[in-house]
Amino acid sequence: MSTAAAGNPGAGLSPLLSVEDLHVHFVTSRGVVRAVEGLSYDVRAGEMVALVGESGCGKSVSALAVMRLLAKPAGRVVAGAVRFDGRDLLKLTEDQMREVRGRDIGMIFQEPMTSLNPVLPIGFQITEPLFMHQKIGAEAARARALDLLRMVGIPDAERRLEQYPHQFSGGMRQRAMIAIALACDPKLIIADEPTTALDVTIQAQILELMKELSRRLGIAMVMITHNLGVVARYADRVNVMYAARLAEQAAAEALFARPLHPYTVGLLRSVPRLDQPRGPRLETIEGLPPNLLAPPPGCRFAPRCAAKQPECEQRVPPLDEIGPGRHSACLRAAELASAGPQALGLQDAEAGAAPPAKSLDPLPVIEVRGLKTHFDVTRGLVAAHRAVVKAVDGVSFEIRRGETLGLVGESGCGKTTIGRTLLRLEEASAGEILYRGTDLTRVNGALLKDYRRRIQVIFQDPYSSLNPRMTVGEILAEPMRVHGLQPDRRAARARAGELLEQVGLYAYMAERYPHELSGGQRQRVGIARALALEPEFIVCDEPVSALDVSIQAQIINLLEALQQRLGLTYLFIAHDLAVVRHICDRVAVMYLGKVMEIADRDALYAAPQHPYTQALLDAVPIPDPRLERERSRVPLRGEIPSPLDPPQGCVFHTRCPLAEERCRREVPALREIRPLHFAACVKL
Amino acid sequence: MLRYILQRVALMIPTLIGVALLVFLMLRAMPGDITDVMFRGEGGGVPEELIVAERQRLGLDQPIWVQFGKWFWGLLQGNLGVSMWTGQPVAYEIAIRLELSLQVAVMATLLAVLLAIPLGTLSALYKDRWIDQAIRVFSIAGLAVPSFWLGMIIILLLLTLFAWHPPLTFTRFTTDPVANLSQLVWPALAVGYRYSAVATRMMRSTILEVLQEDYIRTARAKGVFERLVIVRHALRNALLPVVTVIGLEFAFVIGGLVVTEQVFNLNGIGKLFVEAVTRGDNTLVQGLVLLVATTFILINFAIDLMYAWLDPRIRYR
Repeated sequence: MSTAAAGNPGAGLSPLLSVEDLHVHFVTSRGVVRAVEGLSYDVRAGEMVALVGESGCGKSVSALAVMRLLAKPAGRVVAGAVRFDGRDLLKLTEDQMREVRGRDIGMIFQEPMTSLNPVLPIGFQITEPLFMHQKIGAEAARARALDLLRMVGIPDAERRLEQYPHQFSGGMRQRAMIAIALACDPKLIIADEPTTALDVTIQAQILELMKELSRRLGIAMVMITHNLGVVARYADRVNVMYAARLAEQAAAEALFARPLHPYTVGLLRSVPRLDQPRGPRLETIEGLPPNLLAPPPGCRFAPRCAAKQPECEQRVPPLDEIGPGRHSACLRAAELASAGPQALGLQDAEAGAAPPAKSLDPLPVIEVRGLKTHFDVTRGLVAAHRAVVKAVDGVSFEIRRGETLGLVGESGCGKTTIGRTLLRLEEASAGEILYRGTDLTRVNGALLKDYRRRIQVIFQDPYSSLNPRMTVGEILAEPMRVHGLQPDRRAARARAGELLEQVGLYAYMAERYPHELSGGQRQRVGIARALALEPEFIVCDEPVSALDVSIQAQIINLLEALQQRLGLTYLFIAHDLAVVRHICDRVAVMYLGKVMEIADRDALYAAPQHPYTQALLDAVPIPDPRLERERSRVPLRGEIPSPLDPPQGCVFHTRCPLAEERCRREVPALREIRPLHFAACVKL
Repeated sequence: MLRYILQRVALMIPTLIGVALLVFLMLRAMPGDITDVMFRGEGGGVPEELIVAERQRLGLDQPIWVQFGKWFWGLLQGNLGVSMWTGQPVAYEIAIRLELSLQVAVMATLLAVLLAIPLGTLSALYKDRWIDQAIRVFSIAGLAVPSFWLGMIIILLLLTLFAWHPPLTFTRFTTDPVANLSQLVWPALAVGYRYSAVATRMMRSTILEVLQEDYIRTARAKGVFERLVIVRHALRNALLPVVTVIGLEFAFVIGGLVVTEQVFNLNGIGKLFVEAVTRGDNTLVQGLVLLVATTFILINFAIDLMYAWLDPRIRYR
């Protein structure tokens, strides 16, 4: 099979995979959901094609349809063809199709935590497709598995073969998934959001690996993603989907240079970017994607489109060829191509203007000094083996009134624990948290309750942080009742309506239950709940990371507007560096329970000092293929070590490109490198 | 692992002491004692001195804590005491019946496992199709029909159709397997049917749950044969809750077949239990309760070990 690597003789001729006018329906109790309508795209041998869109647009469903793995009996392909290597996959028998899966087409899924079988050894799971598709002995299969593990960069492969998925980190599991997909030298790999669940540095490692393997082995790849940065960095051609249909189709460079569909325009503009000056607020696509049970007639995007014309709402726009290799399903695509998005009213007038300067109270609202939060973990049933996880280990910072401090770092760095300790949901082991001069770690009883009113929280997951058995009105009234703010029920209801309008919802939604709302709406309810007590300080724990790009921008704008209007102070915990840059005034970068660097936003992003900050920023893909091509791609090595056993000396030295002997011994102090710019590195 | 087993065994001891104390006190809280049953029923007429002498002989005249102390001291030496009614050691009374009860329990469990795993799996794979409906009728019927009633039907059918009834006395399997089985297969069938019904329902729902898991989709995407997807990837993950149900049911069958044993005229633990309670034979009841408690604890322990074997994420240290 290695001949496939030696140039692609088939490239440029007939495509390897050709999806033609695919229609997928799901039968549900509420009616038929048309999940994919008329999707067509080609993948040539060795090419990387992206399928982009927000959740529910049909991108993953279409991939499962290609593999014929749709959930039966609800999901079904009602029309179309999937030509692969000269055969229509939809016409194969079940057994012929089984031979294609895993042998000719490999698949990588989103959730590395749940996509591997927890009760079978990794080695078994990697060799399984070999036994299914090839006549191979146990010895040869084991040798191949070892090769594969080394190929995907898993060290200590011999031992790893015997281990089970729970002994692997998320990144390592995704590497194992790639090894499984590669096992039988497939011609095509379909990767469904392969890095969405991973940290940005691990994402960079995995994507580099996939790109390198795809080049070297001549494997074509379909990459399904919502992340435009990933698309810009890796895709040759892009298909943008919206509400079950194709919106636009183009070569990656052309698409990013000049999008020819208003949805693509909006999508590109609503992502905060590291490479562009920060505007006063993010541009958004107003509204929500349509309900596919009852989609609007005409163009699906028309209700949210700033450039819509009366005709858009009556006629379904065909996917027309605008230029060579460029297709757009917009009636005004030609205008868009010649005049640009601004002429069609697709650009926010304020964009590009400098953000208004914030006037900040010099007095800090919150001062954290030497905070430590340690957890005792007992290994085994008896307390014989005690270990201490130093989740937060000596952190100091302050937040002034009206300011937003960003807290960033990979998962496991302790950023969420800091938030929880500030809220007194975890007890501090040492240090002080001063709120207007009072040490919060020591208050109790009525005083604590009073502080709880003034310090509120917005959680990450809008799906699990609202009680499904309470109406929105009850959810908003509960904190008021607990704190005795609105004893009168009618007044509480009026206040709930007021809060809902404040966060861009309608007062009548108080009667609804959370499941009747979309993800973005639920997060607005979460914000309204935090505002119910008129707090001064809000801990925002990854408030937008579970949301789609266009919704994410809406929520960020809302948080900023509320801050201005109500004079709020935020601690903004996030892993997305671009989002943090947009919303925060100052940023603290954390690694293994310690602050590595803390500085004003502009200083930090313009001239990051600490090697870890630099590596994090390098790992973020920028949604611009031309810029991406010029960037260096040396992803940070390795993974964050276990907090049970942190490295001696500088905790970062095991992954640091600059590390030397001294870093193994000395624990670097957080020093002022430049005025008001602090970093903890001995090399600076 | 060995360490873990030793710990678990050590933890059994306080539990069993608690059970011993509790059952002892509860029995003493009931009005009357064995002498009432022995001498005072059916017109009475037994001289009072005789009753007092008997109470003395059995030690029932002593303060309650002395009685407990003596019994407990015996327990520590592995002596369950002597049956107040028969005068035989409690351990002997239990031992001669335990073999029968154990055999019925094992056979019923085997039947349940052999029925439940394939039926539950089939039911899940053909969800809402006729196979599933048929299996559902079969298993819901098993839940609805009391096993003693099913036992009576079995005996009636054997009598009317074959003019044959199962042997009435227990023969050891090692002595005469045919005679042994022809007596015990029927109660095992009656009990095992209900037992399998519980496990089948459980199996069906866990398989349905597991089939939704991402790793099942991964297995299919690898081109694994559908049958192997079920057997290799789904079954083992689905077995965990089923193992719990089967284990607890097994412990119940050891001591809980009171009515079924009557129907089949089996001289088992269940029947002994009823006799001991009606006679007020407190030492025997205490011994039996301890037996059942120990069985439950051991079975729970076995379930935990089985979990660790089935699921590598669970490791006991």
